Amino acid sequence: MKKYHVSTTINGEPVEFLCEPQQTLLDVLRDTLNLTGSKEGCASGDCGACTVIVDGRMVCSCLMLGVEAEGRTVTTVEGIATGDTLHPVQQKFLEHAALQCGFCTPGFIVAAKALLDENPNPTEEEARYWLAGNLCRCTGYDKIIRAVLDAASEMRREAAE
Amino acid sequence: MKPRKFAYIRPDTVDEAVAVLGEYGDDARILAGGQSLMAMLNLRLVEAAALIDIARIPELDTIRVAGDKVEIGAAVVQNRLLAWPDLKSRLPLLGALLPFVGHFQTRNRGTVCGSIAHADPSSEIPLSLAMLGGEVVLRSLRGTRVLAASDFQRGVLTTAREPDELVAAVRFPVAPSRHRVAFREVARRHGDFAIIAVAAMVEDAGAVRLGVGGMTGAPAIRRIEMNGGTAARDAIETLAWDLEGFEDIHASARLRRDILRRIGPVVIEEACRCAA
Repeated sequence: MKKYHVSTTINGEPVEFLCEPQQTLLDVLRDTLNLTGSKEGCASGDCGACTVIVDGRMVCSCLMLGVEAEGRTVTTVEGIATGDTLHPVQQKFLEHAALQCGFCTPGFIVAAKALLDENPNPTEEEARYWLAGNLCRCTGYDKIIRAVLDAASEMRREAAE
Repeated sequence: MKPRKFAYIRPDTVDEAVAVLGEYGDDARILAGGQSLMAMLNLRLVEAAALIDIARIPELDTIRVAGDKVEIGAAVVQNRLLAWPDLKSRLPLLGALLPFVGHFQTRNRGTVCGSIAHADPSSEIPLSLAMLGGEVVLRSLRGTRVLAASDFQRGVLTTAREPDELVAAVRFPVAPSRHRVAFREVARRHGDFAIIAVAAMVEDAGAVRLGVGGMTGAPAIRRIEMNGGTAARDAIETLAWDLEGFEDIHASARLRRDILRRIGPVVIEEACRCAA
């Protein structure tokens, strides 16, 4: 099968890869580029564990082909922190213990970052609605929502300084 | 699960796309947002020899007001329409129901036309096209044809589209400003496929147009006369038996009828209250 040459920007770096047409962006990220933070849960767009940001909009990387990433800018969970400094969303997930098994966490982190980039001051309802495409089967959503809202206030504080 | 192998073709124009589609016919699938197609490929519910990616064709990525209709091209994603500044004034029904379509993730890639082409019986967007009496624009090497929504969706995941035809656009009639709308759906979780979706639009003082998704293979649209008393409730009772409903993993036919009986009158009342 013919392989396609794809040029993208991933987590701020220009990245080129070869892929077959049927490989999803998630397959390419995990298997070709060794960015295994994004997880495969349902492969049908229900669980959000594979959430990445493409050209500023969060999407399920399991429902997008690798070839469709041509010319796009992709941010994965690996690109959220700044060097050794965790993103406030990551830090607050730790502080609030907003994870147990951790499988859904990368998707939640990416989706929450996308939310706060768009809306720095969400209500609880807005946060829950925004994160409706991400499923957690162990921690429960309460701690996750608390962590996201706390991260939002932390980021607003930082922005005000 | 991983999809079987297929070829990937990315035409630059609609003419090229329909030429390729004419060549492959049934063996090809159109890829726009892929939010239903990719899931079905991943789960191997469908197979394709080739995917024809139309997402980057500029002439398909347009929202255009043409006379008393809004034409939405095949590459327009749901969140783009949701963010369209004129949505609430020109297409209030879509303004009410688009937030219920999938999740942020899927609305960022899923297209308006793709949802209509997919023709899921409980989908919100085909329901809105049927409610508003919209049209589907089909293009092929043989030319262009325009079908009414009611002629397009034939049943569960079944449409009047021929294998060589591309759903190039859909046209929603602009609602007269006196029309007021309401929408509700019942799903296990927000963003899941609706078990029952109900839309109501006040047409004039004496009647409401009611649209029901999830009861039958295609959206059911009825005009309900409002002559006071229990007229609306009685009409919905009749409608529930008339449509029957179907049984699947999510709900029995009886539960579907029951949900319709419960939310139907509420949605009608909301639309009427909105109009007053």
